[in-house]
Amino acid sequence: MSVKFSKDHEWVSLAGDIATIGITNHAQEQLGDVVFVELPAVGKKVTKGGDAAVVESVKAASEVYAPVTGEVVEVNKELEGDPALVNRGAEGDGWFMKIKISNPAEINELMDKAAYDKFVASL
Amino acid sequence: MNETALKRTILYGEHAALGAKLVPFAGYEMPVQYPTGILTEHNWTRTSAGLFDVSHMGQAFLVGPDHATTAAAMEKLVPADIASLKPHQIRYSQFLNPEGGILDDLMITRSAYAGYDGWLYIVCNASRKDEDFAHIEKNLPPNVKLQRGADMALIALQGPKAEAALAKLAPAVRDIPFMYYAGISIDGIQAHVSRSGYTGEDGFEISVFDKDAVRLWQMLLANPDVKPIGLGARDSLRLEAGLCLYGHDIDETTSPVEADLLWSIQKRRRNEGGFIGAARVQKEIASGAKRKRVGIKPEGRAPAREGTVVTDASGRPIGIITSGGFGPTANGPVAMGYVETAFATAGTAVQLIVRGQPMPAQIIALPFVPHNYKR
Repeated sequence: MSVKFSKDHEWVSLAGDIATIGITNHAQEQLGDVVFVELPAVGKKVTKGGDAAVVESVKAASEVYAPVTGEVVEVNKELEGDPALVNRGAEGDGWFMKIKISNPAEINELMDKAAYDKFVASL
Repeated sequence: MNETALKRTILYGEHAALGAKLVPFAGYEMPVQYPTGILTEHNWTRTSAGLFDVSHMGQAFLVGPDHATTAAAMEKLVPADIASLKPHQIRYSQFLNPEGGILDDLMITRSAYAGYDGWLYIVCNASRKDEDFAHIEKNLPPNVKLQRGADMALIALQGPKAEAALAKLAPAVRDIPFMYYAGISIDGIQAHVSRSGYTGEDGFEISVFDKDAVRLWQMLLANPDVKPIGLGARDSLRLEAGLCLYGHDIDETTSPVEADLLWSIQKRRRNEGGFIGAARVQKEIASGAKRKRVGIKPEGRAPAREGTVVTDASGRPIGIITSGGFGPTANGPVAMGYVETAFATAGTAVQLIVRGQPMPAQIIALPFVPHNYKR
């Protein structure tokens, strides 16, 4: 199972039709210490490129966009009590939500790891 | 601002070597954080000693023939009592426009150096110093001159272990009271050491010549109790301490009375006036201001940022947040802002409109974290 990446610095890991979504390690480094994460309600429909969550560092609030279209089926409740988990494990335990995707073709529009790394290096 | 036009302080090389993340701030390329990050830096300052490069700030002198003359000239520009300043003493004040709005806030020190009677030392905000200096020069009498500080750096050492750390190098700093300075030699470095700061903690702001700044910085950092702190933690520290940031909590539209800075206007000046902007200040002292700066504590965990609208229970807008974020020591979101005076009492319940949703919050008495000054 491969992980794909968006230009907005989200990662997507697909298993069947369930996409696990989080922010990239690069994103958490840029944000700094995460102090609050606002997650969507389970059942919420999200659209590729639309607002899905908010992550706040000491410095600022940042939107997290849905990298794929679908319905939120689970959120990472650990982040409510321990938002710093995003810093410690952005691309692992610090995942944000799981989305049941409605348009599998969208996955192919995302970058693979090599392309994302190249994109970050170009910033 | 064009990035190539950014200025650097004399300590820029130190920040880069320490791995700081550098950002544009008030025309300077400044460290917003070092590799450990804002939370760690914030907590370090509250429990040990944090070292800050604030050399971007404006340092200057008002120079007249004697204290009475220079103080009288300064009293035209600020509402604080400058005439009664004792030698070595420091006061916080503000430059006001003719409408009583705040042009900048600053620290004013009466010199006690031999041969420097009639000298006032001022420290103002980096973002405002050019405007401040022009404003001062426009309003000085012929026998008082503004002299800009040349080749001067400013280093702040803040926190409960600041005194011990600096006293290792110069024991005499222990005897400096809060809001006083002493001219002290630190291992041969000529230093103007003020007991003041912008964190709510005990500490010092140390003015030295550029040529000595790197050596002083390195000497202080050689102490394991001292770590470098960037602008990010400086902001969360001052917000918890309830201290205003110019351009956010105070600006040309806010008066010192609205900003809850009346404590910085001594009784004689309240009665006599005689400073630029006095009409509005005296009117607001007499009949109250329409709005007031207050502390605002969001009830949940979500921070409410600058620009967030404050409403009453019915949803009617009653004010706005001017600084808001996460307070590591308060261990939760903290904010300050302006509300209609009727809602300014501590304990009043309000709502904050965060991402379109009302969020419960309470007006609180500032500061969020008690000051730890050495009185």
